[in-house]
Amino acid sequence: MSTVPYAITDSATMLRRSLRHMQRYPSLTILVAGMPVVFMLLFVYVFGGTLGTGIGGAAGGRTFYVNYVVPGILLVAVAAAAQGTAVSVAMDMTEGIIARFRTMAIARVSVLTGHVLGSMVKTAFGLVVVTGVALLIGFRPTAGPLEWLAVIGLLAAFTFALTWLTVALGLAAKTVESASNTPMFLMLLPFLSSAFVPTESMPPGLRAFAEYQPFTPITETLRGLFFGTPIGSDGIVSLAWCAGIALVSFLWARKLFSRDPIR
Amino acid sequence: MKGATVTTTITTRPAISVTGLRKSFGDKVVLDGIDLTVTEGSIFSLLGPNGAGKTTVVHILSTLITADAGEIQVAGHDLAGDPDGVRAAIGVTGQFSAVDNLLTGEENLLLMADLHHLGRAERRRRTAVLLERFDLAEVARKPASTYSGGMRRRLDLAMTLVGDPRLIFLDEPTTGLDPRGRRTVWEIIRGLAADGVTIFLTTQYLDEADQLADRIAVLDHGRIVAEGTAAELKRRIPGGHIRLQFAGPDELESAAHVLGAVARDDEALALQVPSDGNIASLRTLLDRLDGAQVEVGGLSIHTPDLDDVFFSLTGSPTTKENQP
Repeated sequence: MSTVPYAITDSATMLRRSLRHMQRYPSLTILVAGMPVVFMLLFVYVFGGTLGTGIGGAAGGRTFYVNYVVPGILLVAVAAAAQGTAVSVAMDMTEGIIARFRTMAIARVSVLTGHVLGSMVKTAFGLVVVTGVALLIGFRPTAGPLEWLAVIGLLAAFTFALTWLTVALGLAAKTVESASNTPMFLMLLPFLSSAFVPTESMPPGLRAFAEYQPFTPITETLRGLFFGTPIGSDGIVSLAWCAGIALVSFLWARKLFSRDPIR
Repeated sequence: MKGATVTTTITTRPAISVTGLRKSFGDKVVLDGIDLTVTEGSIFSLLGPNGAGKTTVVHILSTLITADAGEIQVAGHDLAGDPDGVRAAIGVTGQFSAVDNLLTGEENLLLMADLHHLGRAERRRRTAVLLERFDLAEVARKPASTYSGGMRRRLDLAMTLVGDPRLIFLDEPTTGLDPRGRRTVWEIIRGLAADGVTIFLTTQYLDEADQLADRIAVLDHGRIVAEGTAAELKRRIPGGHIRLQFAGPDELESAAHVLGAVARDDEALALQVPSDGNIASLRTLLDRLDGAQVEVGGLSIHTPDLDDVFFSLTGSPTTKENQP
């Protein structure tokens, strides 16, 4: 049996199933866009004036901070969507239909790739909404078409990596509740990075952590692409993080899914 | 080698053959060395109470979970070596509904058609045929979450049939259905068998196995305790009896005197006479009472039920009622 073409057609079938679910149960999808938008408005209009002046000097203020924080907000949107993925995977695994899939001659991984691709579509929707609102409230990137393409590529790579990670977390979770709690750390990481304030302003230990975790180089790379600030090695480091997280998480998820569902 | 096999008549190859199947969950031994052979084209029923291990057998034979030990061939494929070969030949309807609740009935069937890699026209055609055949055409565009228990079970079965399997596992297919829903499922099962599909059915109802199965294996505490046709099994079960009801203690006393050692219930003014329910023995019994001029108030015939099967085959009744 040639498994590769089946893996592709079966994944496409499972993606259609995920998209139908989104259509039938839109509240989760709306949450994916709504949560980061609320964060963005909060940070721009509540903290933005003070933070902008603190970071950008007298010329800073709110206008400066919008541009500073939006790359980070985009990553918050990716993390929030990934958290939702863990919940929907854990919930789906309790459904009888998954047992049916396991007894069918289909490419097994397609059950997971369907979730990953569906979540990427959901995240893309969230990112478009966040970017739209950002532009409305004064986000003014200087990026040209090529840089925008690179932004989309990097966000897609990061979404791909985090989604595989949360698919694995969703499979590893014993209950739907724990599936919604375990990936919570993903929402905390942007705050411990350069997404909201520069890492230089943090105490030494925290600063070291912030500089060596994936959210900081990815935020810096996005800033570089949007505004032409120097990217340096951050671009390569970001892609390495994405590739590493995706590969390890994929192998872990595949292993978890091939366990006996009843033990 | 050829010379040795020539003498055997042309037999159909077994659809399922199992030797020494074992499975434990942690310390708990669920299946303790099971041997089974299911002939192609037959209906085979695995009968047993809750917790006997029926579902675990189905889970293992349908590749959902792995066995700890045992030689298992399903539909001509080695279960451990070629699970995908097994999967391509079987259909499974489990105890808990395996439908996608967020999709409509029609979408559920189309999903199955896509996963069986059917062509565009064929997926439409087969979906329409199954919706019609399972009386779901009217609700085809409604989400499965809105279906009643019977409708859901029918959809579940229809989904199993999309791939045209030659061997179907049905795990307690009528549990939780009302009598009408149960009849419908029985009709469907008979129809499949008539088409030559092999059916492996688990049930906790003796009458269901009796109605449908060519062969029955009784599973208890992870072991097969009896195997045979429904008639063979019933002959082995002494639970059948005739219950005689009397108007007063005097009649009861004289009847007990005539019939000798029979189970007696003074409070209910009743006697229980062992019987396989055939007419000749019934006539003899009544003639004897008539001869002694004992008036019988009422009479009922009790055929063996699952409790009797377990009481006689395992010595452990499933309910207190059967305690001697």
